[in-house]
Amino acid sequence: MLKRFLPHPHLTLLLTVVWLLLANAYTINSLVFGLLMGLVIPWITAPYWPDRPVIRNVPGIIEYIAIVIWDIIKSNIAVAKIVLFVPNDKLRPAWVTVPLDLHEPEAITVLAGTITMTPGTLTAELAADGHSLLVHCLHAPDPDGVRDEIKERYERRLKEIFE
Amino acid sequence: MDLFWEILISALLVIGGFFGLVGSFGLVKLPDPMTRLHAPTKAATLGVGAVLIASMIYFAAFHDDLTLHELMITLFIFLTAPISAHFLAKANMLRNVDRSTLTKPEGDGDWAVFTPLSDTSAEELDEVAEAEDDEAR
Repeated sequence: MLKRFLPHPHLTLLLTVVWLLLANAYTINSLVFGLLMGLVIPWITAPYWPDRPVIRNVPGIIEYIAIVIWDIIKSNIAVAKIVLFVPNDKLRPAWVTVPLDLHEPEAITVLAGTITMTPGTLTAELAADGHSLLVHCLHAPDPDGVRDEIKERYERRLKEIFE
Repeated sequence: MDLFWEILISALLVIGGFFGLVGSFGLVKLPDPMTRLHAPTKAATLGVGAVLIASMIYFAAFHDDLTLHELMITLFIFLTAPISAHFLAKANMLRNVDRSTLTKPEGDGDWAVFTPLSDTSAEELDEVAEAEDDEAR
């Protein structure tokens, strides 16, 4: 019964909070409207996510977000340094294949997004069978090291969160 | 105390402007489309982020008004930047990139752009495989 009216409680909460932030007015008025949207939107979109993963590892998510934000700051400085100080003929762009241990499409999406946002790497493509990512590195004298770092730093943590 | 906030806000604005400038300079300086993609997706993120934090501090310190709008802008940038970069990279792979310079994925398959009818959902992959088997027979 509850599941019928509240198919996705996290999404309901998220939509309500997003609505409050967007309206930028913390009144009963916008809270009620936000809740209304939070109830209607998950109910309408439910057919589009038939088997979404269940996430229980909340501390893992917080740890992951903190690491990614820290890496984004580091990556910005690193890329700025490369743009400003490495001459084009010394630049070593490289393609790297990252084999995936993750299987949920949601987890792979998060990993691909994270790779794009972090140091000198950019997700270019997913293999047709969904088991590898093609990553482009801006400046990678050691492509294998990049692959190992992605697997160790992000993929292992995502595996703990999603599985 | 006002002076402290003013210095902090100015510093954040300067950092934001600096990274925005580096991102745009990277677009001009880097040699080919794939490397050029790196500059706006990263340098610009911190640039925009610093400006947004400056805005939050400004309204909190001088207008006694807690605005969290800016968090939403950050969230939407984090959601959209990787997706648009991914699309640009895909389009570029089809048009300009020499396939022999790419590394191969694990296993027998190829990258999804080079595979017609590619979809990573399991059922559809099975359907494609069955269709290919039928054709082979």
